[in-house]
Amino acid sequence: MNNRSIAPTFWDRFWRLANPKVFMGWSGRALPWVAAAAGLFLCSGLIWGYFFTPDDIRQGSTVKIIYLHVPAALMAINGYLLMFVGALVWLIRRQHVSVLAAKAAAPVGMVMTLIALATGAIWGQPMWGTYWVWDPRLTSFLILFLFYVGYIALWAAIEDEDTAADLTSVLAIVGAVFAMLSRYAVLFWNQGLHQGTTVTMADGAQQDNISNVFFQPLLLSMAGFGLLFLTLLLIGTRTEVRSRRLKVLQARERME
Amino acid sequence: MIQLFLRDVGLSVRSGGGFGLALIFFLIVVTLIPFALGPDQTALAVIAPGVLWLGALLACLLSLDRIFGLDFEDGTLDLLATSPLPPEAVYIAKAAAHWLTTGLPLALAAPVLGVLLNLDFEIGKILCLSLLLGTPALSLIGAFGASLTLGVKRGGLLLSLLVLPLYVPSLIFGAQAVRLAGQGLAYDGALVLLSAISLGAAAILPFASGAALRINLR
Amino acid sequence: MMPDLGKYGLEVNSSYVLSLLALAVIIGLYAKRSRAVKRDLAAMEAVHDA
Repeated sequence: MNNRSIAPTFWDRFWRLANPKVFMGWSGRALPWVAAAAGLFLCSGLIWGYFFTPDDIRQGSTVKIIYLHVPAALMAINGYLLMFVGALVWLIRRQHVSVLAAKAAAPVGMVMTLIALATGAIWGQPMWGTYWVWDPRLTSFLILFLFYVGYIALWAAIEDEDTAADLTSVLAIVGAVFAMLSRYAVLFWNQGLHQGTTVTMADGAQQDNISNVFFQPLLLSMAGFGLLFLTLLLIGTRTEVRSRRLKVLQARERME
Repeated sequence: MIQLFLRDVGLSVRSGGGFGLALIFFLIVVTLIPFALGPDQTALAVIAPGVLWLGALLACLLSLDRIFGLDFEDGTLDLLATSPLPPEAVYIAKAAAHWLTTGLPLALAAPVLGVLLNLDFEIGKILCLSLLLGTPALSLIGAFGASLTLGVKRGGLLLSLLVLPLYVPSLIFGAQAVRLAGQGLAYDGALVLLSAISLGAAAILPFASGAALRINLR
Repeated sequence: MMPDLGKYGLEVNSSYVLSLLALAVIIGLYAKRSRAVKRDLAAMEAVHDA
């Protein structure tokens, strides 16, 4: 008897989400929980970070900006990764839910990039003496922001939904390759003022890495941002799925 | 494919084909810079590599919608789509024609215009080399962007928005190579990376553009 | 209640205010569009089913 072929694996269940009905059902049930968890982690992380952490020796109270800057930056990159995967799945399997998820992820990713840029610049001013430096990481984020804008603009510019999905997916994939290229180009071009990896699990032996006192609220904040991203992703994708159905019905009505 | 390439080159060189426009634009930009930034010779020499690269890049950008636009409007592109020539080949032919009529002339003109910015002629030769290595990438990436925005009305601005972030690595390496040369440092690393981008673009973008053309010509 | 932010008060507070504002805007936009589309779809399906 071959039991292994009967029990659905995680991936089998995951791909069932490609069916819009299944997706709407699952996301509708999950959404309140994800949203609540997002609120919980975000509030606790930011409140802890803002009110209950000490100042840094070198950076003073500006270190508190880390609770916004780092999670936002992570989500900015995460957003583009999601778009890349969604685009790939669409081009290969032509499942609408994935490309609509990519479409929904883009504005959120863009806002996260903006937050990362703004908090980075504000943080940079007292630390480096200037609002903007052509530092590798900041510059890469600026380019990332432009990629997001281009992707969203292309979606908006094309009338036919499926054509738009196809073209934006091609753009997202080429863009991802170039984003990685840009990262290395910018590193080459300017060794930069940004410190190395801030968030490592290393002990306090390395001076540049942050200590536990800052790390725990940061983890909460990162979880909060991540869950918020997921919440908005679910809301946005559900909206897009409904919007698509709406257009289908409207088209049908026009033909009758 | 060769015929398509020759035809596009011929079309561009004829009057109304836009051949000289990119060069004129390049000249105008370079003359505007000293007006904007002041005529201090040493300052101009310092910024010259970047300005010239940027000017060439912008001049390239301007002619991008011609790559597919004209043929799309009069239906030639649809004819090409039904021909045995695969869209990837159409893309390569057109990108090559663009480079020959835009990128190459800009690269050759740059050291001459560099004189206006007090750029040492020896450095100007490196500039020319960097543009020769980098402008293929600009044509390839630009043609890719054009293939995406084919059906978009007044898509010029959108085209620029899509293409400019993709131009950044080439611009960085290209201008940096010339700057390093100006400072007497080793610049071959930058040139190698610049060429790598052009080669990489030539390897990947035909497939991406072919896909985009197929999508748009459905 | 308010922590002593020293001389960086403006930077820290403006970061928080701007970020939270941006998040509020994007959340609001997504929620608003979601409601509008839900409403339009419901209306459409009511007509469609009728």
